[in-house]
Amino acid sequence: MKSLGSIRRDFAPWNDPNAKPYIQFDKVTKKFGDFTAVNNLSLTIFEREFFALLGASGCGKSTLLRMLAGFEEPTAGRILLDGQDLRGIPPYRRPVNMMFQSYALFPHMTVENNIAFGLKQDGMPKPEIAARVGEMLKLVKLEQFAKRKPHQLSGGQRQRVALARSVAKRPKVLLLDEPLGALDKKLREETQFELMDLQQSLGLTFVVVTHDQEEAMTMADRIAIIDKGEVMQVATPAEVYEAPGSRFVAGFVGNVNMFEGKIAHGEAGAASIDAGNGITIRTENTGDAATGAAVAFAIRPEKIKISSTRPAGAVNAIEGEVYDIAYLGDMTVYHVRLDDGQVVRASTMNAARITEDPLSWNDRAWVSFRPDAGVVLTR
Amino acid sequence: MNATWSRFNITSIVLGFAFLYLPIVLLVVFSFNESKLVTVWGGFSTKWYVSLFHNQGLMDATWVTARVAVISATVATVLGTLAALTLTRYTRFKGRTLFSGMVFAPLVMPEVITGLSLLLLFVAVGLDRGFLTVTLAHITLTMCFVAVVVQSRLITFDRSLEEAAMDLGAPPVKTFFQITLPVIMPAIVSGWMLAFTLSLDDLVIASFTSGPGATTLPMKIYSQVRLGVTPEINAACTILIAVVAVGVIIASLANKRREVQRQRDEQAAQRG
Repeated sequence: MKSLGSIRRDFAPWNDPNAKPYIQFDKVTKKFGDFTAVNNLSLTIFEREFFALLGASGCGKSTLLRMLAGFEEPTAGRILLDGQDLRGIPPYRRPVNMMFQSYALFPHMTVENNIAFGLKQDGMPKPEIAARVGEMLKLVKLEQFAKRKPHQLSGGQRQRVALARSVAKRPKVLLLDEPLGALDKKLREETQFELMDLQQSLGLTFVVVTHDQEEAMTMADRIAIIDKGEVMQVATPAEVYEAPGSRFVAGFVGNVNMFEGKIAHGEAGAASIDAGNGITIRTENTGDAATGAAVAFAIRPEKIKISSTRPAGAVNAIEGEVYDIAYLGDMTVYHVRLDDGQVVRASTMNAARITEDPLSWNDRAWVSFRPDAGVVLTR
Repeated sequence: MNATWSRFNITSIVLGFAFLYLPIVLLVVFSFNESKLVTVWGGFSTKWYVSLFHNQGLMDATWVTARVAVISATVATVLGTLAALTLTRYTRFKGRTLFSGMVFAPLVMPEVITGLSLLLLFVAVGLDRGFLTVTLAHITLTMCFVAVVVQSRLITFDRSLEEAAMDLGAPPVKTFFQITLPVIMPAIVSGWMLAFTLSLDDLVIASFTSGPGATTLPMKIYSQVRLGVTPEINAACTILIAVVAVGVIIASLANKRREVQRQRDEQAAQRG
């Protein structure tokens, strides 16, 4: 079976027409004075999904989360959770909990009391609170820090306390606002996997807001790419990367080479694009573009092969000059300046330690790719 | 830093400190004077301290001052904290600028004017001048100082703490008492202490608004000095200085210790 990307997903309620949506943003608009933070946005999230809202800062993704938590009310539209309209329900009566970007740990309380805070509000009996707190401390591996105050903890430990506190009440939905933003890179990567494991073992629905596309790709089942208060695309990480719906998404997630041109002639499942300056690209993925339509052909750097001679039998091959090389260890990135001046980025995995005849700066080189390696974008 | 003790530096320091502390040192020294003449040294004695405690007038005034200071500081702290909360939280209500201006105006208002206007008010409403009027006047005077202290803390207060509490199920009132209040408590306490000290040493407003039977210590001292300075007054002032100094030293030591402890904790936490 063929699929986009390199993984198979068995959990895909979004492909099931009978699946019941769990969280629904229904034509939601949020205005702050004259500024429209969220514009007529609709979005569906399913139970047990790990859902990421990805976008640059100020795109409205945090506002979405805050509306779900109840800190902001939509100016127009509805938000439904498990079929219930959330309008008018204050934050302290919503079955969702949030992990804050700043962690928002209560500085005057110990780790224990921070975690117990939400449980006490529910009037849970004391022995049960103690048991649940113990369980949470074990979950985040902070048993020996129970009596400490937040300022006596390191950044990573604080992050785990915040996490434990927000899942202690077993909310229907956990909202995470840039949960790993304050951690350094190594710790962040570790914690990403911990979060995924936690979501699996608790069986909760997670909605995470992040500006870090790698983080979203790593953790989420599906990603919504938000720009200027609107959803650009909602899809699995593999779809977002391999089948972006627009130039914006293609450029926002990962690196991409873009050839602007016109569909010269299209047939079923194949087309050639006249990209100007004598460059013609043959592609199998034509999307819904008609002959003559102005399109962009987008192709990821790792799908472009670079060689010093024209590869025999290559359908798409363009000549240029190597103008920059970045050696990153696991791969090498080449910037090739085509004869029309456009720069193409090609990357090669360094699967072997030793390379015969490597390329150097200012060498003539050919970039080539298969007809199914890129996508045609009309938007 | 490499400090060089040049002649100029030493002179500046000596002059500066003399300017600040010579009067106080003189006062303290002469409170232990054997002689009844304030300016002539007649040998060491603590007899003025003993006679001080037998001076019913001074003792009464001290008691009045203490009660006025505690009550007015407490009420001013409550009112000032509420004002500060309103000013930082509700930034977009009509007349906010006017309101904040009016809260802080007494800070720069000449005390004579505050005192006089309060006096006129009390006379107008037919309130007999005495303990109640001094206390009310001191609340008016000190409330804005508390508001300033608490407001500066609230500006740096992380609102997400309150949001987190509400998110975890605490209604707004509970959130205020369990989260906001404990976190800003140090500022409220310093606001109270500031109000207490202001009330303790106020002479001008107390003179306007006080009546018979409610003479405060500064008023008493001032009226006695007009009849001639006695070593007894020196002794009373020395005790006042000692009380204030001890209070300030304890407060700053506690603050310093907390800060050091905090830094040590944080470093320990960073090390793992």
